[in-house]
Amino acid sequence: MSDYLVQFNNISKFFGKVIALKDVTMKLKKGEIMCLLGDNGAGKSTLIKTLAGVHRPDEGEIIVEEKKTIFDSPKDALDMGIATVYQDLALVSLMSVTRNFFMGREPMKGPPFFRTFDIEKANKIAAERMGQIGIDVRDPSQAVGTMSGGERQCLAISRAIYFGAKVLVLDEPTSALGVHQASVVLKYIVKAASQGLAVILITHNVHHAYPVGNSFTVLNRGKSLGTYAKKDITREKLLSMMAGGEELNKLEVELQEMNRSSAN
Amino acid sequence: MSTKSKSIETKTDFNQDERLKKVSKLRLLLNRPELGALGGAILVFIFFGIVAGDTGMFSAYGVLNFLDVSANLGIIAIAAAMLMIGGEFDLSIGSMIGFAGICIAIPAIYWGWPLWMSIIFAFSMAVLVGYFNGILVVKTGLPSFIVTLAMLFILRGATLALTRLITGRTQVPGLRVLIEGDPLAWIFATDTFKWVFTWLGSMNLIALRTDGTPLATGIPPSVIWFIALAIITTWILMKTRYGNWIFASGGDKNGANNVGVPVGRVKISLFIGTAVAATIFATIQVLDAGSADTMRGTLKELEAIAAAVVGGCLLTGGYGSAIGAAFGALIFGTVSMGIFYTDVDTDWFKVFLGAMMLIAVIFNNYIRRKVTESK
Repeated sequence: MSDYLVQFNNISKFFGKVIALKDVTMKLKKGEIMCLLGDNGAGKSTLIKTLAGVHRPDEGEIIVEEKKTIFDSPKDALDMGIATVYQDLALVSLMSVTRNFFMGREPMKGPPFFRTFDIEKANKIAAERMGQIGIDVRDPSQAVGTMSGGERQCLAISRAIYFGAKVLVLDEPTSALGVHQASVVLKYIVKAASQGLAVILITHNVHHAYPVGNSFTVLNRGKSLGTYAKKDITREKLLSMMAGGEELNKLEVELQEMNRSSAN
Repeated sequence: MSTKSKSIETKTDFNQDERLKKVSKLRLLLNRPELGALGGAILVFIFFGIVAGDTGMFSAYGVLNFLDVSANLGIIAIAAAMLMIGGEFDLSIGSMIGFAGICIAIPAIYWGWPLWMSIIFAFSMAVLVGYFNGILVVKTGLPSFIVTLAMLFILRGATLALTRLITGRTQVPGLRVLIEGDPLAWIFATDTFKWVFTWLGSMNLIALRTDGTPLATGIPPSVIWFIALAIITTWILMKTRYGNWIFASGGDKNGANNVGVPVGRVKISLFIGTAVAATIFATIQVLDAGSADTMRGTLKELEAIAAAVVGGCLLTGGYGSAIGAAFGALIFGTVSMGIFYTDVDTDWFKVFLGAMMLIAVIFNNYIRRKVTESK
């Protein structure tokens, strides 16, 4: 008996001859935030899509709450409580906060054949949920386009939680945000985890990941370089691992040489 | 009393973000997509009230006249608006009108079908054409502009070719005699509220013919269809799940898909909607004129889109309103008829139509920026 909420064991994914992912393993407990770090081209996108059920892994197994499962579609993953918040957030900026919050899953009222979208109830829930994370939506019928980037991110996460997510997969939630906005989002992520969710935070920003993560998996060229608990690794070590440390070292040496030659 | 209101005030003050200006009621109203068209319609009525107030334009007969024209355009404009909100165009509406017309006339006149069966046949063909448009756009991912432009030519050509093949000519007359007693045709061919007009006539409140019957005999069927469609589609957009899906599909196809909105199904249904609306338009006109013409509906698709745009629809989708399109159609219908009552040459109508649309697009663009701009 393991106490893992979700396990991705030895996941591999091939596209023709290209090995996009090889033997990636991630295990998450309730309340844990695992940061998945990797540079561009490390295979993050493929991994996200595999977690979300868009791709089917060619090797390996996915175990959700002790049950081995196969995701045939994003809906399967969602039904198992694995919700992915993509970078585009799946928000429509011309639509209201409420209409976005319940997009595709509208609460209904009324008799059969005359069932209508229960806007009042939806407005109430949306405002309440946003209020819980400290975002005061003055008017839930305002367009999402009027919200800040951080608020939109929080709206997307809050929507995933409301609709029963147990595992949140967040794709670069802070990449487009300023320092303050990013910290608001990170705070919310920690709060969500403390309520018993498992969070997979995908990012290339170690400075955002390190303060909130419990464990760190580094991905490089489709392979996992291992998973480390926070106490076992420093921020600097992580940074050099994900950038392919030797590359940065090489750069440093080269720069020094350039300096020397220009000084002469 | 005064202390009570004061305490409420301080409470709201406390909740207000200090960086936010209070949004005025007017501002909120400005955010409604149909506002421009409503304002435009009011301006148009004021204009003709001054210029043509004493010419008979606003007599019962005159009003019904421009309402009829507006309503006909409105029926297809509303459907075009729904589709535009869903993020797509249908340029085949006009050709579908011609095609639907002969789908009614040829079976009824040449094959001896009862009229009701021909009408049902035309609507079935509309569903097929709409479905075909929709499935092509959804499956290929091609712009609907191109796909339906192709359909514009195909349908018009097929209408012409088939009609000449079967009948040897391009018009099919002789439908009027079939309307009497038909179990279905009356829905598209009956003037309603005749008693109101008879009564108004007997009271000498409206103009009469020489035989004593009123000049305006009743509300034409197009107006009833128009009002019913405007109410139903507005209800769908504002109050139903499907309405939310239409906005979502047009606003962000991928986003909507990711949260489980069946974008493909929504879009296909909207394409069926425009084809069916074109068929309603065609049925009303064919039964009214008593004949089908292969060229009927030419360029109507562009007028419908223009009315939808004036009504606040964005060309990029995800925003707009059905009631706005209805007002847009009302503006065009009123001006196209009203211009006869003024000294202005009717040739200028198209200039007006274009200018109106240009103003609307600029206005809509401004509104969109206002709505989506972050604070």
